[in-house]
Amino acid sequence: MADNILEMKEITKLYPGVRALDNVNLAVERGEIHAIVGENGAGKSTLMNVLSGTIPIGEYDGTILYEGHKCHFKTVRDSEKLGIVIIHQELALIPELSIGENMFLRNERMGKFGIDWDETFCQAAKHLKQVGLKDSPTTLIKDIGTGKQQLVEIAKALSKNVKLLILDEPTSSLNSEDSKMLLDMLIEFKKQGMTSIIISHKLSEVAYVADKITVMRDGATIETIENADRSIDEDRIIRGMVGREMTDRFPKRERKIGSDVGMEVSDWCVNHPVYTEKRVVNHVAFNVRKGEIVGFSGLQGAGRTELARSIFGKSYGTAITGTLKVAGREVKLKNERDAIEAGIAYVTEDRKVNGLVLGDSVARNNTLARLEKVCQRGIIDVNMENKVAEEYKEKLRIKTPTIQQFVNNLSGGNQQKVLLSKWMFADPDVLILDEPTRGIDVGAKYEIYCIMNDLVAQGKSVVMISSELTELLGMCDRIYVMNEGEMVAEMGANDATQEKIMGAILKSKKGAKEESKGA
Amino acid sequence: MNASAIVKKYTMMIALVVVFIFFAILTGGRLLYAQNISNLLLQNAYVLVMACGMLLCILTGGNVDLSVGATLCLVAALAAQLLSKTALGAFATIGICMAVSFGIGAWQGFWIGHMHIPPFIATLAGMFLFRGLGRVLLASKTVSIANKTFLDIFSSYITVPGVDNTIYWSALIVGIAVALALILLTFVSRSKKARKGYEMKSAIAEYTQIAVIDLLIIAYTWQLAHYKGIPVMLLWILLVVLLYAFITSKTAFGRYFYAVGGNEKATKLSGIDTKKVYFWAYCSMSILAGFSGLLVASRIGSVSGDTGLTYELDTIGACFIGGASAYGGSGTVSGIIVGAILLGVINQGMSIFGLDNNWQYVVKGTVLLIAVIFDVVSNHKTGKA
Repeated sequence: MADNILEMKEITKLYPGVRALDNVNLAVERGEIHAIVGENGAGKSTLMNVLSGTIPIGEYDGTILYEGHKCHFKTVRDSEKLGIVIIHQELALIPELSIGENMFLRNERMGKFGIDWDETFCQAAKHLKQVGLKDSPTTLIKDIGTGKQQLVEIAKALSKNVKLLILDEPTSSLNSEDSKMLLDMLIEFKKQGMTSIIISHKLSEVAYVADKITVMRDGATIETIENADRSIDEDRIIRGMVGREMTDRFPKRERKIGSDVGMEVSDWCVNHPVYTEKRVVNHVAFNVRKGEIVGFSGLQGAGRTELARSIFGKSYGTAITGTLKVAGREVKLKNERDAIEAGIAYVTEDRKVNGLVLGDSVARNNTLARLEKVCQRGIIDVNMENKVAEEYKEKLRIKTPTIQQFVNNLSGGNQQKVLLSKWMFADPDVLILDEPTRGIDVGAKYEIYCIMNDLVAQGKSVVMISSELTELLGMCDRIYVMNEGEMVAEMGANDATQEKIMGAILKSKKGAKEESKGA
Repeated sequence: MNASAIVKKYTMMIALVVVFIFFAILTGGRLLYAQNISNLLLQNAYVLVMACGMLLCILTGGNVDLSVGATLCLVAALAAQLLSKTALGAFATIGICMAVSFGIGAWQGFWIGHMHIPPFIATLAGMFLFRGLGRVLLASKTVSIANKTFLDIFSSYITVPGVDNTIYWSALIVGIAVALALILLTFVSRSKKARKGYEMKSAIAEYTQIAVIDLLIIAYTWQLAHYKGIPVMLLWILLVVLLYAFITSKTAFGRYFYAVGGNEKATKLSGIDTKKVYFWAYCSMSILAGFSGLLVASRIGSVSGDTGLTYELDTIGACFIGGASAYGGSGTVSGIIVGAILLGVINQGMSIFGLDNNWQYVVKGTVLLIAVIFDVVSNHKTGKA
């Protein structure tokens, strides 16, 4: 019999009106990396919350066996005592405190007189070394990037003597380099005997790292697939997740690219808003034609979002120079309002922080960017507003009980659709979509792609910024590659490959490094 | 809608009714005397008026304006001095006072909206600043107001010759007219909705609601008729309340306050000028504080350096009791009006009962805490938090 470190049996969790988990069974063998995949709302996070004690015993049915013993976790603390540590997708670190302070928060190293800081930072440094982080433990969290913060979370888990590490979407905000590093570290820990559970939407990563893959759908475990030889086919996983064969991950589209240019940017320079000396976008030029989807590839920090936001009514940066032409005419945009009126929409990469009013209804979010369209002399016609929202709900197939539902009650994919509908309602000619499919499941992704195809079919221009090369290659007509604030390559969809894009990035980097060596 | 949902939705209404009955019994029915009913709203006119402005400030993110009591004092002092020391008439005085209120509002709005000074600090500074200026203006004396036109504009009662004698029938007639108008309006809006096929509440629910409101209006005006008729101040209060109710619920401008409080970054990226939203929240607040200064000055008939002391706290309390979210983004004018009246009933009930002034603070504090706890707990249970 297999040596299972964890067995969850017949776990059922009811929320008012929803069966979030329905007789779920999960067995995790000691020393393996076990992946859990499923669409948003399939119950993955709920299951992990049950395991970690975030959902206390009594609020769910079923039994948890850990190391052969029955568990009764009332709080997260109870599970941590036994070495079960969960790292949530949204990191729980306090930006104004140092790495060391964060690592031992609520677990302080006490000396005779209060906290023993020497011991704290010494211990912290030890665990940081284990995760390969060279920063000093006294560095503030806000001064290191997201990738490193993720590593600090893992180091924090190590400091708690973790035996079973649970990672919820650990790579969703990391670039591919950092992701790879993180996954390799998990494999390294596995060799040292640690067991991990990883929840991820990125199937390529799951296939790369996991020994077993459990697929969840609609609150139930569908199947557990063996992946000992790392040979699993992604389509095989998708089939389990969506319950049907996904013949094509990208919808087909008739390419009808117009000859008119929708938007043209030339000689565009932007400086950092705080460190005003620093160039973040350096003499960039690009264009997008009507009916065309243009992709922007690059590593995190390449300046793509900065470029997009500076175009969108100077909502980012200082000392912005260059010319911007919309439909052939030069425009000067002072603020976001001007940009919307000029026919530009910027759909943010961070729907929760920059995109939606979460504590407000679907209908009211839908109209916010162009409220005057449902107004007469400044007075809102609520009936018309609701009608508009109903139309978009139908058109984009937004899954919500009513349009009066608060947006924070929707799943990530549906929130993304609300965000898209908001900007489609603003009726732009050029849409800049920044990571439009980040953190959403395969089914919703496909639907977002379909919406993009509809938009270009109507003659609109779409700019897609994405860190997923496959989706850029699958959707775009042309791809621009940016690195360190500069445009380093432009290629047609037919010539572009993952290798070429990565090559363009790496070559430019190498060039930059050699230059600095020479200087 | 089931019973618990109804209770949740109308918690404060129910609390108001319970508290009202409680004090009616406690005071041996004296709370229900015509004079006391009439004074209930007038006594709290400043809370009702300023709570409307405070709601906008709170909507933008739980920020409050601490300077309103001081602004009220400064403008009231200015009015008293202009009326007693200069030859300017009542209308010119009111005009100057409102212009000064706007000036104060623009001052605060500029620092908060355009210079990003935290509202708490900017208005705390304003609280000292305007209180001090008000006292300087009064030269530390109490100045009384004798100008009859000024007093009439804010604190007289409407009498119609021929109709009103011992009983002021005009009040009751207006009450019945308003009640009928409400029924008619409901009917018209329902038939319009039905014609366009929009969703609407069930007829029974909606007409029951209207019937209850109508009964209250008629009962209220009945009592007014037995005192001195319709107070002019009531009309001023209604004007402000209806205006703010309209702005917050029906206009795009009003919607922006909710959006900024809900998510400022997203609102800004939606092309809305968030600086302007902050500016107008604090500007309108000061205008209403100044206007309340005129109401208070006229009702009391004199102004001193302590006029309006702690009024900001009553106003803020009314908003939070009335269900405005301390995190911004939610709250309605109707809610805060219920909150203000609830505070008013407690104030007046305790005064009539003769409870010691110090204990009144204890009761008010307790009520505020219970209201907010209830709000947080009930929202937490429904998972809206």
